[in-house]
Amino acid sequence: MPKVTIDGFSIDVPEGTTILQASRILATEGKMPDAHVPPAMCYYTKLKTSGGYCRTCIVKVSKGSEKDPRPMPKPVPSCRQTVMDGMEVQNLTAPDLLEARAGVVEFLLINHPLDCPICDQAGECHLQDLSYENGNAGTRYEFARRTFDMIDIGDKIKLHMNRCILCYRCVKTAEQITDGRVHGVISRGDHAEISTYIEQAIDNDFSGNVIDVCPVGALTDRTFRFKSRVWFTKPMDAHRKCDKCCGKTAVWLSGNDVLRVTARKDKFGEVEDWICNECRYDKKQIGDWTIEGPRKIERHSVISQNHYESLRQLKVDISNQKKLLEVAHVADIKQN
Amino acid sequence: MQLTNRSKVVVQKEMTMAEQIYLPAIFKGMMITISHFFKKKPTINYPEVKRPIAPVYRGQHVLKRDEQGRENCTACGLCAVACPAEAITMTAAERKRGEESLYREEKYASVYEINMLRCIFCGLCEEACPKEAIFLTDRIVKVGTERDTFIYGKDKLVEGIAADQRIDVGKRGGAHRKF
Repeated sequence: MPKVTIDGFSIDVPEGTTILQASRILATEGKMPDAHVPPAMCYYTKLKTSGGYCRTCIVKVSKGSEKDPRPMPKPVPSCRQTVMDGMEVQNLTAPDLLEARAGVVEFLLINHPLDCPICDQAGECHLQDLSYENGNAGTRYEFARRTFDMIDIGDKIKLHMNRCILCYRCVKTAEQITDGRVHGVISRGDHAEISTYIEQAIDNDFSGNVIDVCPVGALTDRTFRFKSRVWFTKPMDAHRKCDKCCGKTAVWLSGNDVLRVTARKDKFGEVEDWICNECRYDKKQIGDWTIEGPRKIERHSVISQNHYESLRQLKVDISNQKKLLEVAHVADIKQN
Repeated sequence: MQLTNRSKVVVQKEMTMAEQIYLPAIFKGMMITISHFFKKKPTINYPEVKRPIAPVYRGQHVLKRDEQGRENCTACGLCAVACPAEAITMTAAERKRGEESLYREEKYASVYEINMLRCIFCGLCEEACPKEAIFLTDRIVKVGTERDTFIYGKDKLVEGIAADQRIDVGKRGGAHRKF
Protein backbone atom coordinates (compact mmCIF):
# COMPACT_ATOMS: atom_id res chain seq x y z
CA MET A 1 0.00 0.00 0.00
CA PRO A 2 1.47 3.36 -0.97
CA LYS A 3 2.24 5.74 1.85
CA VAL A 4 1.35 9.38 1.31
CA THR A 5 2.13 12.35 3.52
CA ILE A 6 -0.17 15.36 3.39
CA ASP A 7 0.99 18.48 5.28
CA GLY A 8 3.03 16.19 7.53
CA PHE A 9 0.21 13.69 8.22
CA SER A 10 0.94 10.21 6.87
CA ILE A 11 -1.41 7.43 5.85
CA ASP A 12 -1.24 4.17 3.89
CA VAL A 13 -3.93 4.03 1.25
CA PRO A 14 -4.84 1.45 -1.44
CA GLU A 15 -3.35 1.71 -4.90
CA GLY A 16 -5.26 4.12 -7.14
CA THR A 17 -6.52 6.41 -4.38
CA THR A 18 -6.39 10.07 -5.27
CA ILE A 19 -4.68 12.63 -3.05
CA LEU A 20 -8.06 14.22 -2.27
CA GLN A 21 -9.55 10.90 -1.20
CA ALA A 22 -6.49 10.13 0.92
CA SER A 23 -6.74 13.48 2.71
CA ARG A 24 -10.47 12.95 3.28
CA ILE A 25 -9.73 9.53 4.79
CA LEU A 26 -7.17 11.20 7.06
CA ALA A 27 -9.72 13.80 8.17
CA THR A 28 -12.53 11.28 8.61
CA GLU A 29 -10.34 9.10 10.78
CA GLY A 30 -9.45 12.14 12.86
CA LYS A 31 -5.75 12.01 12.07
CA MET A 32 -5.70 15.44 10.40
CA PRO A 33 -7.67 18.66 10.98
CA ASP A 34 -10.43 19.15 8.41
CA ALA A 35 -8.88 22.41 7.24
CA HIS A 36 -6.01 20.53 5.59
CA VAL A 37 -8.37 18.73 3.18
CA PRO A 38 -8.21 20.52 -0.19
CA PRO A 39 -11.54 22.19 -1.05
CA ALA A 40 -13.39 20.79 -4.06
CA MET A 41 -16.07 22.47 -6.11
CA CYS A 42 -16.62 20.01 -8.95
CA TYR A 43 -15.39 16.66 -7.66
CA TYR A 44 -18.13 14.49 -6.14
CA THR A 45 -17.39 11.04 -4.75
CA LYS A 46 -20.71 9.57 -5.83
CA LEU A 47 -20.56 10.83 -9.40
CA LYS A 48 -18.31 9.01 -11.85
CA THR A 49 -15.96 11.08 -14.03
CA SER A 50 -16.62 14.18 -11.94
CA GLY A 51 -13.72 16.43 -11.00
CA GLY A 52 -10.93 18.07 -12.91
CA TYR A 53 -12.85 21.19 -13.97
CA CYS A 54 -12.64 23.73 -11.20
CA ARG A 55 -8.98 23.48 -10.09
CA THR A 56 -9.72 24.53 -6.52
CA CYS A 57 -8.35 21.26 -5.16
CA ILE A 58 -4.83 21.87 -6.49
CA VAL A 59 -1.99 20.80 -4.22
CA LYS A 60 1.77 21.03 -4.34
CA VAL A 61 3.61 17.72 -4.63
CA SER A 62 6.98 18.41 -3.04
CA LYS A 63 8.19 14.82 -3.48
CA GLY A 64 6.88 12.70 -6.33
CA SER A 65 7.51 9.26 -4.89
CA GLU A 66 10.15 7.14 -3.19
CA LYS A 67 11.63 6.07 -6.53
CA ASP A 68 11.53 9.49 -8.14
CA PRO A 69 11.75 12.08 -5.36
CA ARG A 70 11.68 15.10 -7.70
CA PRO A 71 8.82 17.55 -6.94
CA MET A 72 6.11 17.91 -9.56
CA PRO A 73 6.73 21.05 -11.61
CA LYS A 74 3.24 22.49 -11.30
CA PRO A 75 0.36 22.30 -8.82
CA VAL A 76 -1.72 19.19 -9.53
CA PRO A 77 -5.48 18.69 -9.11
CA SER A 78 -5.71 16.40 -6.12
CA CYS A 79 -9.06 14.95 -7.22
CA ARG A 80 -7.42 13.37 -10.27
CA GLN A 81 -3.82 12.76 -9.17
CA THR A 82 -3.39 9.29 -7.69
CA VAL A 83 -0.93 8.73 -4.89
CA MET A 84 2.44 7.05 -5.25
CA ASP A 85 4.50 5.42 -2.52
CA GLY A 86 6.41 7.98 -0.50
CA MET A 87 4.64 10.95 -2.05
CA GLU A 88 4.75 14.15 -0.04
CA VAL A 89 1.97 16.66 -0.59
CA GLN A 90 1.67 20.21 0.65
CA ASN A 91 -1.61 22.01 0.96
CA LEU A 92 -1.86 24.65 3.69
CA THR A 93 1.88 24.52 4.37
CA ALA A 94 2.81 25.91 0.93
CA PRO A 95 2.24 29.70 0.67
CA ASP A 96 2.79 29.70 -3.11
CA LEU A 97 0.04 27.11 -3.48
CA LEU A 98 -2.40 29.19 -1.45
CA GLU A 99 -1.65 32.13 -3.72
CA ALA A 100 -2.36 29.95 -6.76
CA ARG A 101 -5.64 28.85 -5.21
CA ALA A 102 -6.60 32.46 -4.55
CA GLY A 103 -6.07 32.98 -8.28
CA VAL A 104 -8.39 30.07 -9.06
CA VAL A 105 -11.03 31.55 -6.75
CA GLU A 106 -10.69 34.90 -8.48
CA PHE A 107 -11.36 33.22 -11.81
CA LEU A 108 -14.38 31.35 -10.44
CA LEU A 109 -15.78 34.64 -9.17
CA ILE A 110 -15.22 36.55 -12.41
CA ASN A 111 -18.76 35.99 -13.60
CA HIS A 112 -20.37 35.30 -10.27
CA PRO A 113 -22.85 38.06 -9.38
CA LEU A 114 -22.14 37.93 -5.59
CA ASP A 115 -25.83 38.38 -4.87
CA CYS A 116 -25.51 36.42 -1.63
CA PRO A 117 -28.06 38.63 0.21
CA ILE A 118 -30.69 37.40 -2.24
CA CYS A 119 -29.46 33.88 -2.88
CA ASP A 120 -31.13 31.01 -1.02
CA GLN A 121 -27.86 29.11 -0.91
CA ALA A 122 -26.14 31.74 1.24
CA GLY A 123 -24.94 30.25 4.49
CA GLU A 124 -24.42 26.78 3.04
CA CYS A 125 -22.74 27.79 -0.22
CA HIS A 126 -19.42 26.14 -1.02
CA LEU A 127 -18.31 29.03 -3.17
CA GLN A 128 -18.98 31.43 -0.30
CA ASP A 129 -16.86 29.32 2.04
CA LEU A 130 -14.18 28.84 -0.57
CA SER A 131 -13.82 32.52 -1.40
CA TYR A 132 -13.95 33.49 2.24
CA GLU A 133 -11.24 31.03 3.23
CA ASN A 134 -9.05 31.00 0.15
CA GLY A 135 -9.84 34.07 -1.91
CA ASN A 136 -8.83 37.70 -2.00
CA ALA A 137 -11.01 40.42 -0.53
CA GLY A 138 -11.38 42.44 -3.71
CA THR A 139 -11.71 41.82 -7.41
CA ARG A 140 -9.62 43.23 -10.24
CA TYR A 141 -12.24 42.50 -12.87
CA GLU A 142 -13.70 45.64 -14.41
CA PHE A 143 -15.84 44.37 -17.25
CA ALA A 144 -19.52 43.51 -17.39
CA ARG A 145 -20.36 40.09 -16.01
CA ARG A 146 -22.22 37.69 -18.25
CA THR A 147 -25.92 37.65 -17.44
CA PHE A 148 -28.72 35.24 -18.24
CA ASP A 149 -32.42 35.26 -17.53
CA MET A 150 -33.64 32.98 -14.78
CA ILE A 151 -35.08 29.69 -15.97
CA ASP A 152 -37.65 27.48 -14.28
CA ILE A 153 -36.66 23.87 -14.79
CA GLY A 154 -40.00 22.26 -14.13
CA ASP A 155 -42.12 23.73 -11.38
CA LYS A 156 -39.72 22.76 -8.60
CA ILE A 157 -36.24 23.88 -9.65
CA LYS A 158 -35.01 27.39 -10.35
CA LEU A 159 -31.91 27.86 -12.46
CA HIS A 160 -29.90 31.05 -11.92
CA MET A 161 -27.37 30.69 -14.68
CA ASN A 162 -25.57 33.86 -13.48
CA ARG A 163 -24.39 32.07 -10.37
CA CYS A 164 -23.24 28.88 -12.11
CA ILE A 165 -19.54 28.01 -12.03
CA LEU A 166 -19.92 25.17 -14.58
CA CYS A 167 -18.82 22.36 -12.29
CA TYR A 168 -20.88 19.83 -14.30
CA ARG A 169 -22.05 18.10 -11.12
CA CYS A 170 -25.73 18.48 -12.01
CA VAL A 171 -25.11 17.21 -15.52
CA LYS A 172 -23.39 14.13 -14.16
CA THR A 173 -26.23 13.63 -11.69
CA ALA A 174 -28.78 13.86 -14.47
CA GLU A 175 -26.71 11.42 -16.48
CA GLN A 176 -25.99 8.86 -13.79
CA ILE A 177 -28.80 9.06 -11.25
CA THR A 178 -31.79 9.75 -13.45
CA ASP A 179 -32.65 7.92 -16.63
CA GLY A 180 -33.44 9.78 -19.82
CA ARG A 181 -31.26 12.79 -19.43
CA VAL A 182 -32.78 16.06 -20.56
CA HIS A 183 -30.26 18.41 -19.09
CA GLY A 184 -26.75 19.37 -20.10
CA VAL A 185 -24.32 22.12 -21.01
CA ILE A 186 -24.83 23.98 -24.25
CA SER A 187 -22.54 26.45 -26.04
CA ARG A 188 -18.85 26.74 -25.41
CA GLY A 189 -16.30 28.71 -23.39
CA ASP A 190 -17.62 31.91 -21.90
CA HIS A 191 -21.05 31.27 -23.40
CA ALA A 192 -21.43 27.81 -21.89
CA GLU A 193 -24.59 27.38 -19.84
CA ILE A 194 -26.51 24.68 -18.06
CA SER A 195 -29.77 24.08 -19.84
CA THR A 196 -32.50 21.61 -20.48
CA TYR A 197 -33.22 21.18 -24.13
CA ILE A 198 -35.62 24.04 -24.82
CA GLU A 199 -36.37 24.43 -21.13
CA GLN A 200 -37.86 20.98 -21.04
CA ALA A 201 -39.17 20.04 -17.61
CA ILE A 202 -37.34 17.39 -15.68
CA ASP A 203 -39.84 14.91 -14.29
CA ASN A 204 -37.63 12.05 -13.18
CA ASP A 205 -38.07 10.83 -9.60
CA PHE A 206 -34.51 11.71 -8.64
CA SER A 207 -34.10 14.95 -10.59
CA GLY A 208 -34.30 17.03 -7.40
CA ASN A 209 -30.83 15.83 -6.44
CA VAL A 210 -29.29 18.36 -8.81
CA ILE A 211 -30.20 20.96 -6.15
CA ASP A 212 -28.15 19.16 -3.52
CA VAL A 213 -25.09 18.60 -5.68
CA CYS A 214 -24.96 22.24 -6.85
CA PRO A 215 -22.11 23.85 -4.89
CA VAL A 216 -23.49 27.36 -5.52
CA GLY A 217 -26.97 28.83 -5.68
CA ALA A 218 -27.48 28.16 -9.38
CA LEU A 219 -29.98 25.37 -8.84
CA THR A 220 -32.34 26.05 -5.96
CA ASP A 221 -35.54 24.56 -4.62
CA ARG A 222 -38.56 26.57 -5.76
CA THR A 223 -40.67 25.23 -2.90
CA PHE A 224 -38.19 26.88 -0.51
CA ARG A 225 -37.62 29.98 -2.61
CA PHE A 226 -37.22 33.04 -0.33
CA LYS A 227 -39.10 31.23 2.46
CA SER A 228 -36.38 31.80 5.02
CA ARG A 229 -32.65 32.14 5.41
CA VAL A 230 -30.95 28.86 6.26
CA TRP A 231 -29.62 30.20 9.54
CA PHE A 232 -33.14 30.89 10.80
CA THR A 233 -34.15 27.28 10.22
CA LYS A 234 -33.41 24.26 12.39
CA PRO A 235 -32.00 21.29 10.54
CA MET A 236 -33.17 17.94 11.86
CA ASP A 237 -32.38 14.40 10.85
CA ALA A 238 -35.60 12.70 9.86
CA HIS A 239 -36.76 9.61 8.05
CA ARG A 240 -39.90 8.13 6.59
CA LYS A 241 -40.78 4.94 4.81
CA CYS A 242 -40.25 5.55 1.14
CA ASP A 243 -40.39 2.87 -1.54
CA LYS A 244 -38.38 4.93 -4.02
CA CYS A 245 -35.39 6.07 -1.98
CA CYS A 246 -33.76 5.47 1.39
CA GLY A 247 -36.12 7.96 3.04
CA LYS A 248 -33.35 9.36 5.23
CA THR A 249 -33.29 13.13 4.91
CA ALA A 250 -32.58 16.38 6.67
CA VAL A 251 -35.66 18.52 7.25
CA TRP A 252 -35.23 22.23 7.83
CA LEU A 253 -37.78 23.41 10.35
CA SER A 254 -39.13 26.72 11.45
CA GLY A 255 -41.22 25.97 14.51
CA ASN A 256 -43.28 22.99 13.36
CA ASP A 257 -43.26 23.98 9.69
CA VAL A 258 -41.13 21.91 7.36
CA LEU A 259 -39.67 24.58 5.10
CA ARG A 260 -37.36 22.37 3.11
CA VAL A 261 -36.23 18.78 2.76
CA THR A 262 -32.74 17.92 1.56
CA ALA A 263 -30.48 14.92 1.52
CA ARG A 264 -28.11 14.54 4.45
CA LYS A 265 -24.71 15.95 3.67
CA ASP A 266 -21.41 14.88 5.19
CA LYS A 267 -18.71 17.29 6.29
CA PHE A 268 -17.33 17.51 2.78
CA GLY A 269 -20.70 18.73 1.52
CA GLU A 270 -21.59 15.53 -0.30
CA VAL A 271 -24.92 13.77 0.07
CA GLU A 272 -24.93 10.54 2.03
CA ASP A 273 -27.73 9.07 -0.04
CA TRP A 274 -29.87 10.35 -2.89
CA ILE A 275 -33.48 11.13 -2.08
CA CYS A 276 -36.51 11.09 -4.33
CA ASN A 277 -38.65 14.02 -5.40
CA GLU A 278 -41.63 12.87 -3.38
CA CYS A 279 -39.65 13.12 -0.13
CA ARG A 280 -38.09 16.39 -1.20
CA TYR A 281 -41.07 18.34 -2.45
CA ASP A 282 -44.32 16.74 -1.35
CA LYS A 283 -43.78 15.79 2.27
CA LYS A 284 -43.94 19.19 3.92
CA GLN A 285 -45.94 18.23 7.02
CA ILE A 286 -44.19 17.55 10.28
CA GLY A 287 -46.39 14.46 10.63
CA ASP A 288 -44.87 12.91 7.50
CA TRP A 289 -41.54 12.55 9.21
CA THR A 290 -40.04 10.75 12.17
CA ILE A 291 -37.63 13.27 13.67
CA GLU A 292 -34.42 11.68 14.91
CA GLY A 293 -32.80 14.78 16.40
CA PRO A 294 -30.94 17.94 15.47
CA ARG A 295 -28.24 17.67 12.83
CA LYS A 296 -24.72 18.40 13.93
CA ILE A 297 -23.72 21.69 12.38
CA GLU A 298 -20.14 22.82 12.42
CA ARG A 299 -19.76 25.64 14.90
CA HIS A 300 -18.06 27.86 12.30
CA SER A 301 -21.17 27.71 10.15
CA VAL A 302 -23.61 30.61 10.21
CA ILE A 303 -26.37 28.02 10.57
CA SER A 304 -25.23 27.37 14.14
CA GLN A 305 -25.75 31.05 15.01
CA ASN A 306 -28.08 31.53 17.97
CA HIS A 307 -28.30 27.76 18.46
CA TYR A 308 -27.17 27.62 22.03
CA GLU A 309 -27.28 23.83 22.24
CA SER A 310 -24.04 23.75 20.25
CA LEU A 311 -22.07 25.17 23.18
CA ARG A 312 -21.57 21.73 24.64
CA GLN A 313 -20.26 20.51 21.31
CA LEU A 314 -17.89 23.47 21.23
CA LYS A 315 -15.97 22.15 24.22
CA VAL A 316 -15.56 18.75 22.57
CA ASP A 317 -14.48 20.36 19.29
CA ILE A 318 -11.86 22.53 20.96
CA SER A 319 -10.31 19.64 22.86
CA ASN A 320 -10.20 17.56 19.65
CA GLN A 321 -8.53 20.40 17.75
CA LYS A 322 -5.96 20.79 20.53
CA LYS A 323 -5.06 17.12 20.30
CA LEU A 324 -4.69 17.35 16.53
CA LEU A 325 -2.50 20.42 16.82
CA GLU A 326 -0.19 18.55 19.16
CA VAL A 327 0.04 15.73 16.62
CA ALA A 328 0.80 18.28 13.89
CA HIS A 329 3.47 19.87 16.02
CA VAL A 330 5.20 16.54 16.55
CA ALA A 331 5.00 15.84 12.81
CA ASP A 332 6.63 19.23 12.09
CA ILE A 333 9.50 18.52 14.42
CA LYS A 334 10.08 15.14 12.78
CA GLN A 335 10.19 16.75 9.35
CA ASN A 336 12.84 19.27 10.29
CA MET B 1 -14.96 51.26 66.34
CA GLN B 2 -13.72 54.43 64.70
CA LEU B 3 -14.01 54.28 60.92
CA THR B 4 -12.97 57.79 59.90
CA ASN B 5 -11.52 60.91 61.43
CA ARG B 6 -14.41 63.04 60.21
CA SER B 7 -16.90 62.18 62.93
CA LYS B 8 -18.14 65.11 64.98
CA VAL B 9 -19.07 64.94 68.57
CA VAL B 10 -22.53 66.43 69.12
CA VAL B 11 -22.45 69.17 71.73
CA GLN B 12 -25.57 70.49 73.37
CA LYS B 13 -24.30 74.02 73.94
CA GLU B 14 -26.47 77.10 74.46
CA MET B 15 -27.21 79.13 71.27
CA THR B 16 -25.95 82.72 71.19
CA MET B 17 -28.33 85.71 70.82
CA ALA B 18 -27.66 85.96 67.05
CA GLU B 19 -28.40 82.31 66.58
CA GLN B 20 -31.55 82.48 68.65
CA ILE B 21 -33.27 85.07 66.44
CA TYR B 22 -32.54 82.89 63.32
CA LEU B 23 -32.64 85.90 60.96
CA PRO B 24 -28.94 85.99 59.96
CA ALA B 25 -29.13 82.29 59.05
CA ILE B 26 -32.31 82.81 57.00
CA PHE B 27 -30.72 85.80 55.25
CA LYS B 28 -27.61 83.76 54.44
CA GLY B 29 -29.73 81.00 52.93
CA MET B 30 -31.80 83.46 50.88
CA MET B 31 -28.61 85.01 49.46
CA ILE B 32 -27.60 81.63 48.07
CA THR B 33 -31.06 81.14 46.55
CA ILE B 34 -31.18 84.62 45.00
CA SER B 35 -27.68 84.31 43.59
CA HIS B 36 -28.96 81.34 41.50
CA PHE B 37 -31.50 83.63 39.75
CA PHE B 38 -28.59 85.34 37.98
CA LYS B 39 -26.66 82.21 37.04
CA LYS B 40 -26.93 80.37 33.68
CA LYS B 41 -29.84 77.89 33.64
CA PRO B 42 -28.79 74.25 33.33
CA THR B 43 -32.21 73.20 31.94
CA ILE B 44 -33.74 73.85 28.50
CA ASN B 45 -37.33 74.13 27.31
CA TYR B 46 -37.65 70.78 25.51
CA PRO B 47 -39.22 70.26 22.93
CA GLU B 48 -39.01 73.90 21.75
CA VAL B 49 -35.27 73.88 22.34
CA LYS B 50 -33.21 70.77 21.66
CA ARG B 51 -29.70 69.91 22.64
CA PRO B 52 -27.22 69.15 19.87
CA ILE B 53 -27.03 65.43 19.06
CA ALA B 54 -23.80 63.66 18.13
CA PRO B 55 -23.57 62.74 14.42
CA VAL B 56 -23.30 59.07 15.37
CA TYR B 57 -26.27 59.12 17.76
CA ARG B 58 -28.19 55.85 17.60
CA GLY B 59 -31.94 56.44 17.64
CA GLN B 60 -34.91 55.13 15.71
CA HIS B 61 -34.11 53.03 12.63
CA VAL B 62 -34.88 53.92 9.05
CA LEU B 63 -35.09 51.64 6.02
CA LYS B 64 -33.60 53.62 3.17
CA ARG B 65 -34.59 53.85 -0.46
CA ASP B 66 -32.13 54.51 -3.28
CA GLU B 67 -32.12 57.62 -5.49
CA GLN B 68 -34.87 56.16 -7.66
CA GLY B 69 -37.12 55.48 -4.69
CA ARG B 70 -36.63 51.71 -4.62
CA GLU B 71 -36.26 49.95 -1.28
CA ASN B 72 -32.70 48.91 -0.58
CA CYS B 73 -33.59 46.05 1.76
CA THR B 74 -33.49 42.57 0.23
CA ALA B 75 -34.45 40.68 3.39
CA CYS B 76 -31.08 38.96 3.57
CA GLY B 77 -31.52 38.45 7.31
CA LEU B 78 -28.04 39.57 8.33
CA CYS B 79 -29.40 42.32 10.59
CA ALA B 80 -31.63 39.83 12.35
CA VAL B 81 -28.82 37.36 12.88
CA ALA B 82 -26.49 40.12 14.07
CA CYS B 83 -29.06 41.52 16.51
CA PRO B 84 -28.03 40.61 20.06
CA ALA B 85 -31.51 41.35 21.39
CA GLU B 86 -33.26 39.37 18.62
CA ALA B 87 -35.53 42.34 18.01
CA ILE B 88 -35.74 42.07 14.22
CA THR B 89 -37.99 39.70 12.28
CA MET B 90 -38.71 39.65 8.59
CA THR B 91 -40.49 37.77 5.88
CA ALA B 92 -39.15 37.77 2.35
CA ALA B 93 -41.13 37.85 -0.86
CA GLU B 94 -40.28 37.70 -4.53
CA ARG B 95 -40.57 40.84 -6.61
CA LYS B 96 -43.22 40.49 -9.25
CA ARG B 97 -43.12 41.84 -12.76
CA GLY B 98 -44.00 45.54 -12.70
CA GLU B 99 -42.66 46.14 -9.20
CA GLU B 100 -39.16 47.00 -10.36
CA SER B 101 -39.66 50.65 -9.38
CA LEU B 102 -40.50 49.66 -5.80
CA TYR B 103 -37.77 47.21 -4.89
CA ARG B 104 -34.17 47.25 -5.99
CA GLU B 105 -33.51 43.49 -6.03
CA GLU B 106 -35.53 40.45 -6.97
CA LYS B 107 -36.22 39.68 -3.33
CA TYR B 108 -37.64 42.15 -0.82
CA ALA B 109 -38.96 42.20 2.74
CA SER B 110 -42.74 41.94 2.69
CA VAL B 111 -42.77 42.16 6.49
CA TYR B 112 -40.02 43.84 8.46
CA GLU B 113 -40.55 44.41 12.14
CA ILE B 114 -38.37 45.80 14.90
CA ASN B 115 -39.51 45.42 18.47
CA MET B 116 -38.42 48.73 19.96
CA LEU B 117 -38.86 47.41 23.49
CA ARG B 118 -36.29 44.73 22.78
CA CYS B 119 -33.94 46.90 20.75
CA ILE B 120 -30.91 48.12 22.66
CA PHE B 121 -29.82 50.56 19.91
CA CYS B 122 -26.37 49.00 19.58
CA GLY B 123 -26.20 49.60 15.83
CA LEU B 124 -25.04 46.11 14.89
CA CYS B 125 -27.87 45.81 12.34
CA GLU B 126 -26.54 48.86 10.56
CA GLU B 127 -23.06 47.40 10.61
CA ALA B 128 -24.22 44.02 9.28
CA CYS B 129 -26.31 45.42 6.41
CA PRO B 130 -24.64 44.72 3.05
CA LYS B 131 -27.14 46.85 1.10
CA GLU B 132 -27.03 50.16 3.01
CA ALA B 133 -30.68 49.64 3.82
CA ILE B 134 -30.96 50.04 7.58
CA PHE B 135 -29.57 52.99 9.48
CA LEU B 136 -30.01 54.33 12.97
CA THR B 137 -30.96 58.00 12.99
CA ASP B 138 -31.02 60.89 15.45
CA ARG B 139 -34.76 60.50 15.91
CA ILE B 140 -35.97 59.38 19.33
CA VAL B 141 -38.49 56.55 19.61
CA LYS B 142 -41.79 57.95 20.84
CA VAL B 143 -43.15 56.90 24.19
CA GLY B 144 -46.36 54.91 24.37
CA THR B 145 -48.65 53.18 26.79
CA GLU B 146 -49.46 50.07 24.73
CA ARG B 147 -46.85 47.40 24.12
CA ASP B 148 -48.18 46.74 20.61
CA THR B 149 -47.30 50.24 19.49
CA PHE B 150 -43.61 49.51 19.97
CA ILE B 151 -43.47 46.88 17.25
CA TYR B 152 -42.50 49.04 14.30
CA GLY B 153 -43.44 47.65 10.92
CA LYS B 154 -42.50 48.80 7.46
CA ASP B 155 -45.05 51.63 7.67
CA LYS B 156 -42.97 53.32 10.37
CA LEU B 157 -39.50 52.24 9.28
CA VAL B 158 -39.35 52.81 5.53
CA GLU B 159 -38.69 56.39 4.50
CA GLY B 160 -41.00 58.18 2.04
CA ILE B 161 -40.27 58.45 -1.68
CA ALA B 162 -40.76 62.23 -1.93
CA ALA B 163 -37.68 64.38 -1.42
CA ASP B 164 -39.04 66.06 1.72
CA GLN B 165 -39.90 62.71 3.31
CA ARG B 166 -36.40 61.32 3.01
CA ILE B 167 -34.58 60.74 6.29
CA ASP B 168 -31.07 62.13 6.39
CA VAL B 169 -28.58 59.68 7.83
CA GLY B 170 -25.76 62.20 7.66
CA LYS B 171 -22.29 60.77 7.82
CA ARG B 172 -23.49 57.21 8.26
CA GLY B 173 -24.36 56.41 4.66
CA GLY B 174 -22.33 56.94 1.56
CA ALA B 175 -18.87 56.75 0.23
CA HIS B 176 -16.93 55.20 3.07
CA ARG B 177 -18.95 52.02 2.76
CA LYS B 178 -18.14 50.10 -0.36
CA PHE B 179 -20.92 48.18 -2.14
